[in-house]
Amino acid sequence: MTRYLSRKLLIYILTFFLAVTIDWLIPRLMPGDPINVMISRLGPRNPEEVKLLRDYYLRLFALDVPMWQQYINFWKSVLQGDLGRSTLYFPRPVMDIIKAAVPYDVFLLLPAILISWFAGNNFGALAARRRWLDNTVLPIGYILTATPYMWLALLLAWALGIVAGWFPIAGAYSFELRPHFSWLFIKDLLWHWFLPFLSLFMVMFGGWAIGMRNMIIYELEADYSRYLETLGAPQSLIRRYAFRNAVLPQVTGLALQLGTIVAGAVATEVVFAYPGIGNLIVSAIQNQDYFLIQGCFLFIILGVLLANLFIDVAYVIVDPRTRLGMAGEVA
Amino acid sequence: MGLKARSEFLYFAWRNKKLRVGLAIILFFALMAIFGPFLAKYPPNEYVEVAAFPPSREHWFGTTIFGQDVFSQFVHGLRATFIVGLIGGTIGTLLGILIGFTAGYRGGMVDEILNMITNIVLIIPTLAVLIIIAAYLTVRGILTESIFIGLTAWPWAARAIRAQTFSLRVREYVDMARISGMKSWRIIFGEIAPNMMSYLLLVYILQFGGAVLNAAALDFIGLGPTDTVSLGLMMNYALLWAALPLKIWWWFVPPGAAIMAIVGALYVTNVGLDEVFNPKLREL
Repeated sequence: MTRYLSRKLLIYILTFFLAVTIDWLIPRLMPGDPINVMISRLGPRNPEEVKLLRDYYLRLFALDVPMWQQYINFWKSVLQGDLGRSTLYFPRPVMDIIKAAVPYDVFLLLPAILISWFAGNNFGALAARRRWLDNTVLPIGYILTATPYMWLALLLAWALGIVAGWFPIAGAYSFELRPHFSWLFIKDLLWHWFLPFLSLFMVMFGGWAIGMRNMIIYELEADYSRYLETLGAPQSLIRRYAFRNAVLPQVTGLALQLGTIVAGAVATEVVFAYPGIGNLIVSAIQNQDYFLIQGCFLFIILGVLLANLFIDVAYVIVDPRTRLGMAGEVA
Repeated sequence: MGLKARSEFLYFAWRNKKLRVGLAIILFFALMAIFGPFLAKYPPNEYVEVAAFPPSREHWFGTTIFGQDVFSQFVHGLRATFIVGLIGGTIGTLLGILIGFTAGYRGGMVDEILNMITNIVLIIPTLAVLIIIAAYLTVRGILTESIFIGLTAWPWAARAIRAQTFSLRVREYVDMARISGMKSWRIIFGEIAPNMMSYLLLVYILQFGGAVLNAAALDFIGLGPTDTVSLGLMMNYALLWAALPLKIWWWFVPPGAAIMAIVGALYVTNVGLDEVFNPKLREL
């Protein structure tokens, strides 16, 4: 088990290392002098602000020292949590802005991922080898997984938000409210949360249902299922065993899907102007706020790494073989 | 594949309903992408009306808020979608093949290193990398977009192909080839690859679909090509210019529906092909 987890941990550390390197390298690979480009893009500002900006850029880019020194400096500031200042929300530090956005991402993504995973798995398992259910679940599943996230979000916003008028289509809470702890605010928060949640949930649900359905069919074909059947075991028991085996690839599948989920979350947050990191990175792009873009990138990677770590621990819990060191690397 | 094997393949391919439906949908949209722009009466970005009009005989898909013809944009966007799918999918598959074959066939240290790299790159969300690259490029074309999408899409393909190669390289006929002194690359492309052709085709289809979805996401958040229309860009503009509150549904429904239909058809084709190639999965 320690071997399994430590190998994974090594990969995650290397991934973080690579992500920071990408973050450092890409602005330097692009043509032109980044500092001048960035300052000129800001348009006319008062001289004091320009000077302040130039100082920050100069210190963070430190283009007059050798490359390796620049790289080490970059690492130093990243490890100190200094990601520069936003030009869009000048002069707020990037770190503060991102910290304010993270709770919304957790609030939106965690329920969407977990509930769609559980619901999709159970539904898929139920549908496998049951003609009527299978004939409905399978096509719906395929349609849902093929749906681009932003399109479903647009459709839901249009149908349930505009035409039916049941849900708001922008923001995390009403404009007239300030965040505070009261029933009124929580109700408002949930009301705004529902549509983005639903659109993320639906697309992911399709994928999990299809995956589980296929895995259960595969498991029901396996020798142990056949053997149980010849022994006269009840179908429900066989299916229970099949489910426990079929759920393992779905756990690893969750780790593999995280990249797609990130893309979906960005698109969904943009449609509903939901103030998470996805929405933040897009407004940073539109305003060419490079520090904010890079900061968001690092936080997305950090989030994905943390999720991977949780999934690994979950895998060790559900699969006894990894605990006993019988299966080294799984997927 | 001998003549008999080929006709048997075609026989089962034709009998497979999923394959027929999937291919028919893809063919329909491919034809529309090729010939649609000639049917369109207006250039995609020209302002031909004064404002947004719902679908009519003059404008089949209506017009945007600026009075551009949605149908013209749609067929040109379809073209862009197929270009990204073809180029991005090809690059992603080729890189996956190159890395997967090398790692799987060589084994040992080379495999350890390549596998480590694959696992690391696999964790980093593709879209995040694409965002950070695209954000620094001021001029973006459909070609650059496709290339970058392909360059970031290979990891899962490499891993899947590596695993397949692993199981094939210990077969007797591969050992025979090795003993007879064949060069490594000839063994890979002469002995191993032909036995994986069906698998590689499935990988390519999924890479194609992935590239289409990635391009749509990238275009939608405003990092798409700066010089042309695409389906993702159409949805981006629709959202930015208040198509929702103004109820201009004909602006954002067609592009998303087309992407969904194409990607969905690719998935269904994939399942169908899988059943054709793998006799165990066939429904009799």
